[in-house]
Amino acid sequence: MDLDGRRFGTRVFYLLAAFCAALFLADFLYAKHPHFEVERWPGFYGLYGFAAYVGLVLAAKRLRRWLRRDEDYYGD
Amino acid sequence: MIEALPPGMPLVLGAALLPLVPRRARSAYLIGLPLVSFAHLRALPDDLVQELVFFGVELVPVRVDPLSLVFGWVFHLAALLAAIYGLHVRDTLQQAAGLVYAGSAIAATFAGDLISLFVAWEATAIASVFLIWGSRTERAYGSGLRYLVIQIGSGVLLLAGSALHYVDTGSLAFEQLGVTSLGTGLIFLAFGIKAAFPLLHNWLQDAYPEATVAGTVLLSAFTTKLAIYALARGFAGTPILVPIGAAMTAFPVFYAVLENDLRRVLAYSLNNQLGFMVVGVGIGTEMALNGTAAHAFAHIIYKALLFMAMGAVLFRTGTIRASDLGGLYRSMPWTAAFCLVGSASIAAFPLFSGFVAKAFVMNAAAEGFPLTFFVLLFASAGVMDHSGIKIPYFAFFAHDSGRRVAEAPWHMRIAMGIAALLCIVIGVYPAALYGLLPFPTDYVPYDTAHVVTQLQLLLFAALGFGVLMRTGVYPPEVRSVNLDFDWFYRRAAPALIGMGVRALERTRDALSSGAWRGIERAAQEASRRRVPQRLLGESWRTGTGALWAVLLLAAYLLLYYAG
Repeated sequence: MDLDGRRFGTRVFYLLAAFCAALFLADFLYAKHPHFEVERWPGFYGLYGFAAYVGLVLAAKRLRRWLRRDEDYYGD
Repeated sequence: MIEALPPGMPLVLGAALLPLVPRRARSAYLIGLPLVSFAHLRALPDDLVQELVFFGVELVPVRVDPLSLVFGWVFHLAALLAAIYGLHVRDTLQQAAGLVYAGSAIAATFAGDLISLFVAWEATAIASVFLIWGSRTERAYGSGLRYLVIQIGSGVLLLAGSALHYVDTGSLAFEQLGVTSLGTGLIFLAFGIKAAFPLLHNWLQDAYPEATVAGTVLLSAFTTKLAIYALARGFAGTPILVPIGAAMTAFPVFYAVLENDLRRVLAYSLNNQLGFMVVGVGIGTEMALNGTAAHAFAHIIYKALLFMAMGAVLFRTGTIRASDLGGLYRSMPWTAAFCLVGSASIAAFPLFSGFVAKAFVMNAAAEGFPLTFFVLLFASAGVMDHSGIKIPYFAFFAHDSGRRVAEAPWHMRIAMGIAALLCIVIGVYPAALYGLLPFPTDYVPYDTAHVVTQLQLLLFAALGFGVLMRTGVYPPEVRSVNLDFDWFYRRAAPALIGMGVRALERTRDALSSGAWRGIERAAQEASRRRVPQRLLGESWRTGTGALWAVLLLAAYLLLYYAG
């Protein structure tokens, strides 16, 4: 199977989703030693990682409107 | 008198002899030198302080201690990896520049006074620019010039600050300084430029991607980490470093998302990594400084590995634009695998070096710096994007670009293989790294909470990538330049100066046309009053003037001897 094909990508995505679900459930199984209250929420790190990632990419996409120039903008 | 050669000097002396080494023996010579230099360092006592009185000023050219040793070790390792990786280079100038650069960075790490530091500091700047110019393109030439001006500028600030500090305190010792005066402030700024503080950072993203394939690997290891070492030595516990470092971790990740040149993505990523180290210096506790040293050590190896992998792609395909790449895992499976190890390490997956190194600074930040902690956590998700996913995905997977090239040359694969192995060894056996840190530590990186929370952060971020790709929201890779702070000195300042020059020209023209009329009137007046018949009323030619001067001189001589 091609590692850059669509089918492989789909499989990786669902595998990843399954891992994420398992990691979320894992949060109920061990004793935490948090520095902050929010760390007690189940799946806090997962939610934070997802939100940070999506927020970052959307913000960057928005910034591109202002920052993007032609490749030879500086004339070299 | 200096009894022992400063560490790193074997590399510099080796560069001087390089032209005499026949081509056949070059490879062995270039690999042997870092080993010889490392053996030399190992032979020095672990607490050596060598003093030298120079024109009545006390200098300390060599000072060996735990903080300088950890950087000295990893600098030698980087020099060795870069030497193996760069065996295809036939350009003697580039080989020599690389040796002088690595050697002087190592010497700077062991400099115990500000003047010795300055000399080595400027040597790294001058030597390293040849690794950029080595690309021999117009673009690299301009980029190298900008790089050189900024790097030399940093050295000038260091020298000026040292002079003021000497006047203030009568000491040139390079110890804990703190920002307490104008002098130490200038030194802080000099270090900040080389450490790529926000707004002082753009030389890095400008120059590193323009350097040669092998040159960028060297560049990635030394200049900025030397600055981190210098900050840790002189400014540990300086509170302003915490927000500076936090800003450094966060803002480059936005650019890394948009950037198309994958080596420039790595340059932004490098900037973001430096932020973690700067935060550690700013917090300044033993745990935090251990974190800075551990992060620098692990980072030099995985960042070199990533630059080596992208360099190999550039070397084989001739391009490093994400928009032109994809599917290269077919042609370069080894390079792809090594790159994935580098990506897992920088993203800090358990069992890889970043995981055991990054934890110190994160823990130090969690104790008393909540805002900083959450910014660093955000930046960690950002690292997952640019270096964990984007670099390997767009180069080796994504959409097949149809490019079919040869695998990276054997020497590149060996260098990448050693680096990848080290990433895993440190990740699996952290005691190897912890034993080198400046302060003793009993930290245990592998506990359930740390592993689970880190995996959550990274895998949910990766899930975010999956969702954005599948919904078509992820911004496509496009050929472009993204405006950054360098716009101010590459566009705005030249434009302003141009406007100023034109305004001055107009003023001059206006004034001179007025003045010219005045001169013409005066000349007319003079010629009107001139009486041409008399001797001195004539306008003379130069020859006539010279004749008169000779006659006067002759008359003077005659009168002198006669009298």
